[in-house]
Amino acid sequence: MIRADAFLVALVVVSALGVVAAQHQSRKLFSELEREQTRAHGLEIEWGQLQLEQSTWAAHARVEKIARERMGMRAPAPGQIIAVEGAR
Amino acid sequence: MKKQRPVTFNHNPLLEKGLPAWRARAVLLGLLACSVALVGRALYLQAFKTEFLQAKGESRYARIIEVPATRGRITDRHGDMLAVSTPVRSIWALPSDVRLSPADARKLAALLDTDVHELNGRLGSARDFVYLKRQVAPAVAQQVAALGLPGIHQQQEYRRYYPGGEVVAHMLGFTGVDDRGQEGVELAFNALLTGQPGSRRVIRDRRGQIVEDVESIRPPRDGGDLVLAIDSKVQYLAYSALTQAMTAHKAKAGAVVVLDARSGELLALVNAPTYNPNNRANLSGAQLRNRVLTDVFEPGSTMKPFIAALALERGKVQAGTVIDTTPGRLTIGRATISDAHRHGLLTVAEVIQKSSNVGIVKMALSFPPEEMWRLFHELGFGAPLDLGFPGEAGGRVRPARSWRPVEQATMSYGHGISVSLIQMAHAYLAFARDGELLPLSLTRLEGAPARGRRVFSAETARQMRAMLELAAGPGGTAPRAQIPGYRVAGKTGTAHKLENGRYTNKYVSSFVGLAPASDPRLIVAVMIDEPSAGQHYGGAVAAPVFAQITEGALRALGVAPDAPLAPLQVARTPVRSEAPQEQM
Repeated sequence: MIRADAFLVALVVVSALGVVAAQHQSRKLFSELEREQTRAHGLEIEWGQLQLEQSTWAAHARVEKIARERMGMRAPAPGQIIAVEGAR
Repeated sequence: MKKQRPVTFNHNPLLEKGLPAWRARAVLLGLLACSVALVGRALYLQAFKTEFLQAKGESRYARIIEVPATRGRITDRHGDMLAVSTPVRSIWALPSDVRLSPADARKLAALLDTDVHELNGRLGSARDFVYLKRQVAPAVAQQVAALGLPGIHQQQEYRRYYPGGEVVAHMLGFTGVDDRGQEGVELAFNALLTGQPGSRRVIRDRRGQIVEDVESIRPPRDGGDLVLAIDSKVQYLAYSALTQAMTAHKAKAGAVVVLDARSGELLALVNAPTYNPNNRANLSGAQLRNRVLTDVFEPGSTMKPFIAALALERGKVQAGTVIDTTPGRLTIGRATISDAHRHGLLTVAEVIQKSSNVGIVKMALSFPPEEMWRLFHELGFGAPLDLGFPGEAGGRVRPARSWRPVEQATMSYGHGISVSLIQMAHAYLAFARDGELLPLSLTRLEGAPARGRRVFSAETARQMRAMLELAAGPGGTAPRAQIPGYRVAGKTGTAHKLENGRYTNKYVSSFVGLAPASDPRLIVAVMIDEPSAGQHYGGAVAAPVFAQITEGALRALGVAPDAPLAPLQVARTPVRSEAPQEQM
């Protein structure tokens, strides 16, 4: 009888410790998840800002100005264009 | 040392006396009463107050936090960014908690770009919550946080940026400080773009860090992205052509709209004067006005082709039927309608080509008013097109019963009737699509366009295209609408402006055209308000803008040329401003 009780008590203690360990583990993992989510959010924001930056650099007005002024490009004269009919 | 008597506790003579038995019982009873009270109290707390107490306890460590959601992005049809939200911070304060040393106050004021007086004024207010500054750049917000001032807090918000700036301003509109749409597409599609912030319950530890996620009350829902039908290349072409023309003709305002004739999508929409949506200080009403969608004007001669088409459709005339326009004047009641030049005998095609008022009025008066009214109604005049854009104008077409003959006559050449530029462009779809009208779309269509509505027969539409091509040709009113390599068709309009009920010598010049004429792909409508640098005819003011936009747009869209090159090159020498450059 006493041996069975001792065994059960030991079992309860082990399970209690298990609960504590699991709880700890879950909190650790959760804070990690939290960190990663924050990072994901941060990256999302950075992506948005980079897209903004890209569209500022690629603004048509800027491209046209550089093409015309710095690179000396111009629209081709009508006779210089050859239209290639694609197979449709 | 004194010797002690060996007396044990139990044999202490003091105890020998013996105590009365009731005292022990009384103590026992007292203890019992206490424990009953304790158990009772415990029972009370546990059984009756448990919910209240649990809630109280939880509030010490559990928090409900808001999970922010971002507003959706707006892109053009190719995915180029037109509007993006990025986070900024708002600095707020609880005035009762703020204790600032003068040095701190100076530093804070410098960071927030205000002066110390104003800052102290805000902090001294009786309210318990004040914003010190909204929408601060994240870097500045970090510096403010680094000061570690008590009572000064921050909150994350979003700010909308428009990389396109003034080029796409009127189409997109803008959002307010609370990230809600206030104008344009931002308002029209607010429900789609707005995100739904979520919330969840968490447990925080002593340092305020979240240690456990208890439950998600509501998951955040980011706003949906919106893909517009706008082609940012065409939009830019239209913007630069319009602003150049505005300067060249010293015009008060102008607008351009470009439609895809195959799908009814809106490829470009430009207004001038415009504004920079990223910096909306000192905005004027004139800058904000969307002249394509929310303003109406008397269109002038761009209305004529519809009347001619109706006459063809009803079999009243053929393209070659001769109409006598001598002496270039026509008197109806007390009013006289006149042509700018005397034309004499003209065929129907030539009436359109030369834009003869007398000729078109003669055709118009062969219909009962109801028939003309029905035509206007079918073309979409007099009622908004229902694009979903806020403040869309419907124009004014009075009921046919109230028309006097002279009014019916003037309406045939676009006076006494008002339309918006987009309605005009939309109605020209009937010529471009062999008589069929399509509903327009602000957003990129994924599938085939909705089924159209037939207004004219295909044959009539083809004949009208030929006439419009003549009008944009060497003998027409708008030879300057021509572009090398492509056949274009279109009609000019030059309308007197109505001010206080009288026609003035101020003009609205317009041009609505289709290209390429053999298989129309684009409809471009141009309107220039009060050109005042000498020229005011639509053919001289608006047609070159059409040519510049259409040439670039057709090339950008990769539309194959449909005209032989050589004769066109001869036909157009004085048109383009960059011509000297090209002769290198």
